[in-house]
Amino acid sequence: MDLIFEKSRPGRTAGGIPVCDVPEIALDQVIEQRLLREDVDLPEVAEVDLIRHYTTLSRRNFGVDVGFYPLGSCTMKYNPKINEDVARLPGFTALHPLAPAEFAQGDMRMMYELQGFLSEIFGMADFTLQPAAGAHGELTGVMMMKKYFETRGDDRRRILIPDAAHGTNPATGALCGFQTVTVRSNAEGGVDMDHLRELMTGDAVGLMLTNPNTLGLFERNIEGVSDIVHSRGGLLYCDGANANAFMGKTRAGDLGFDVIQLNLHKTFSTPHGCGGPGSGPVGVSDKLVDYLPVPRIVKDGDRYAWSEDFPDTIGRVRAFYGNFNVMVKAYAYIRSLGPDGLRKVSEVAVLNANYLKEKLKPYFDLAYDRTCMHECVFTGHRQVRESGVHTSDIAKRLLDYGYHPPTIYFPMIVPEAIMIEPNETESLETLDAFCDVMIAIAREAREEPEKVKSAPLTTPVRRLDEVRAAREPDVCWKG
Amino acid sequence: MAKPNPTDRKYSKEHEWALDHGDGTATVGITDYAQEMLTDIVFVELPPVGKKVEQTAPLAVVESVKSVSDVFAPVGGEVIAVNLPLESRPELINQDAFGEGWIVKLKMDNPAELDGLMAAAAYDALIREEKH
Amino acid sequence: MDYVPHTPEDQKKMMQTIGIAGLDDLFADIPEKYRLKQLLNLPPAMSEQEVWGLMQQIGAQNVIPAVTLTGAGAYHHFIPAVVGHVISRSEFYTAYTPYQAEISQGILQAIYEYQTMIAGLTGMQVANASMYDGASAMAEAAVLAAKTLNRTKIVINRSVHPQYRQVVKTYAWSNGYEVVEVPYADNGQLNRSVLAEAVDHNTAAVLVQTPNFFGIIEDITSIEAAVHAKGALLVSGFTEATSLGILKPAGAMGADFVVGEGQAFGNPMNYGGPYLGIFASTDKFLRKIPGRLAGATLDKDGQRGFVLTLQTREQHIRRERATSNICSNEALCALAAAVYLVCLGKNLKKLAELNFQKAQYLKTHLSRLEGWEPVFSGPVYNEFAMRCPDAKVVNRRLQNEGIIGGYALENEYPELKNSLLLCATEMLSREDMDRIVSIAR
Repeated sequence: MDLIFEKSRPGRTAGGIPVCDVPEIALDQVIEQRLLREDVDLPEVAEVDLIRHYTTLSRRNFGVDVGFYPLGSCTMKYNPKINEDVARLPGFTALHPLAPAEFAQGDMRMMYELQGFLSEIFGMADFTLQPAAGAHGELTGVMMMKKYFETRGDDRRRILIPDAAHGTNPATGALCGFQTVTVRSNAEGGVDMDHLRELMTGDAVGLMLTNPNTLGLFERNIEGVSDIVHSRGGLLYCDGANANAFMGKTRAGDLGFDVIQLNLHKTFSTPHGCGGPGSGPVGVSDKLVDYLPVPRIVKDGDRYAWSEDFPDTIGRVRAFYGNFNVMVKAYAYIRSLGPDGLRKVSEVAVLNANYLKEKLKPYFDLAYDRTCMHECVFTGHRQVRESGVHTSDIAKRLLDYGYHPPTIYFPMIVPEAIMIEPNETESLETLDAFCDVMIAIAREAREEPEKVKSAPLTTPVRRLDEVRAAREPDVCWKG
Repeated sequence: MAKPNPTDRKYSKEHEWALDHGDGTATVGITDYAQEMLTDIVFVELPPVGKKVEQTAPLAVVESVKSVSDVFAPVGGEVIAVNLPLESRPELINQDAFGEGWIVKLKMDNPAELDGLMAAAAYDALIREEKH
Repeated sequence: MDYVPHTPEDQKKMMQTIGIAGLDDLFADIPEKYRLKQLLNLPPAMSEQEVWGLMQQIGAQNVIPAVTLTGAGAYHHFIPAVVGHVISRSEFYTAYTPYQAEISQGILQAIYEYQTMIAGLTGMQVANASMYDGASAMAEAAVLAAKTLNRTKIVINRSVHPQYRQVVKTYAWSNGYEVVEVPYADNGQLNRSVLAEAVDHNTAAVLVQTPNFFGIIEDITSIEAAVHAKGALLVSGFTEATSLGILKPAGAMGADFVVGEGQAFGNPMNYGGPYLGIFASTDKFLRKIPGRLAGATLDKDGQRGFVLTLQTREQHIRRERATSNICSNEALCALAAAVYLVCLGKNLKKLAELNFQKAQYLKTHLSRLEGWEPVFSGPVYNEFAMRCPDAKVVNRRLQNEGIIGGYALENEYPELKNSLLLCATEMLSREDMDRIVSIAR
């Protein structure tokens, strides 16, 4: 379809500007001509063209509201509509972030209470809401670990990260000046305890552990892991990407974690918006409270105020206070569900994943055959061996059946990985229908492999040439 | 199927080759097996001429759509030439890894380092093993 | 209210399939002593109607001002109706990152168009799909410069937004870089000679902002040569995106990176977020810049399509060698910005002129008041600093009328006593401004 630029016609516009109601002076009387631009090169379309353009684009896009989206580690649950509506209330959209505290008591109350709810749900001493997304939260969390050691004059240089971790973990460690060291997984998909013992020396700041991990497995040895890390003076970091698995069942703080970053856009149902905005609150144990980013909300009687008076803080990681409007949605979600609702979320998310795992087990090989948490990881090994059909082909074939594929080729320790996260908002019928399709694709892979390899056949575009896109990058239209 | 590994050069465990010119210089590239594993190469980051590297140190970077791999120096030395056409045509490595897809020329610090590398037959055996 | 569709029968059937007696069996991997025995201590569940009532009540605890005179990094602009309608399409807002290109052509094309418009407005060759916000975009540009050049010093002008400077300092500290702050000149603009002196052969990046925090338009061509002479990179920031409608872009004045806050393009103030970081650069850094990039290519049948491209830059492939750890960005805010720009089209220039005129009017009229004068003489866009007899008193008087007054510069610049940073956008009518002047009198 045409680009908006190709639809542009000189003289059209979709947005009028009010008449100037003040006496006008010439721009170049104030601003030197050489600092002014001649023209803005933007498309010129009528409002109806604009709306049809974006409506057409939206119909070439797949969201949770369109269909099942079992994208592993992304927790694509249904986004309740009430949360969208409340977030649009003027009280939550219209305030300037530097408005005096007297104007913003409601916004601050919401944030203060949300910090409290998250502290309770995860068993942490306090939370910051400032990070804009999960990876930003990781950065904030590891910065606090760095500051913790720095204030002790302890010059540790390394950070331990399991081989199954998300790429953001090692990238984060490196951005905090640490050398990243990889801890092996053991035969049952957990941390190799001997390897951890060997690596967790007095030179390591600690371990960044995703729990449940990226294989969807809960770390059975969590107590041992925590002991090893803490006995060497280290800190235990929880990547909370998979927090949807244990709300109301156990708490990160109780398990010995000193830091946890969350993704409100996963666990707390705020929509992902095609990749953002997210929101990445970070919870800390008592040890790290002093290092939280500023400003922090302080409550004095019934009044809320912002304070920067925390001398050991890591500073700021973002302007203002974070992705506030996303927090409104998460807050409303927590208030809707309450403690029993949140526990049910995790119970049913885990139930759904295990159900799907049992149903698909005969047709696809499991990476680790044990009870999983909120997601399960298969490998497309058998299909590659039998018919040369790869996981990427299976994913593309799912598009033809109207599904968003699972996460593929991650975690990297599982070859041809297929990582399925069904989440709690999907019904038994949805899961059964998805399983039927996966089973049908497994059969197609055996009987008509070429069909699977040439998928998708029904999407607006066919398989795209990523090699061409990378060899001859075209990221801006040149006309 | 990968092309046969020429017998005129030496191979490293990391799938680089080094062709000794007998005058203290050597040409370096990656093997055909390596390019096959990497799939379509989309970008090559070449070192600056004059850069000095020790044996096994990172020398260049090759990227496919979904991977980034270091090319390690099979022998130590100073970079005296780089294969500039790779900047616009990285696919030369896919097409002709042992010829037009060469990556750098080195002035070797110690040509004796070549003795520690594998001959074609030993490298053939290594690939056979990796495939299983 | 929960959103779980399972009936008790469904649940029973599923447990049978799995072969468990109760849901707790699924959590057996959690050591017994860490399993929660009682409910979390949270307020009880609520119906949708109750949540609606509660959120209205919390929202009403805020005071929505009649007029907002503070800019300082977030700007009150009119948002055309089309913006809200487009980003409310749930095919957009309920999707994840477009990893599966064939069913994500909508957002991929929209982002490609966004990148094109941003590159054009900033005068750069490439722009990414967005960063978290303007401050983190600036910090990431500094880190990228340091990593690319293998240098450890970052020079930043004090007329850059104070919070942006704080974020740059946090990121720099974390990476082990030094940050040197350089004072501004008396007229509020860059102090060329002091800045040139601060740049040495270990300087990775020089960070400036235009219009700067005081609203003053900078001539960055005046420092470009000094920065590049030492091999350093010039990062030009902005906080007020609509200024791009009339100002010559930093890309045309020698900047290597143009970074800034895109909120002013169609995103509400939202008490601070979500906003979107704009990140643009020259072609030279295309394979190094952080964040996602949508790129055009062809499909199997030879028709144009879009993918996320050059992903080897990113953390999920480059891991500890990535120059940034960014994953989620602000795609929906970027979509809002794109729709806003398409809606305005060439009228963006007219809008920017209108902002300029309003600010000139307010500045002129406040200047006529006894004891009021502009703090600086440099040219301004829609924001300006005024010295007045008593900034606190003025703000309090405005506040009593439901007006959010100016940003008190003394908070961050102790040398600027009784100085207010004021912003006038198209949202202020002449009447509003006359009233403000009379309250301030």
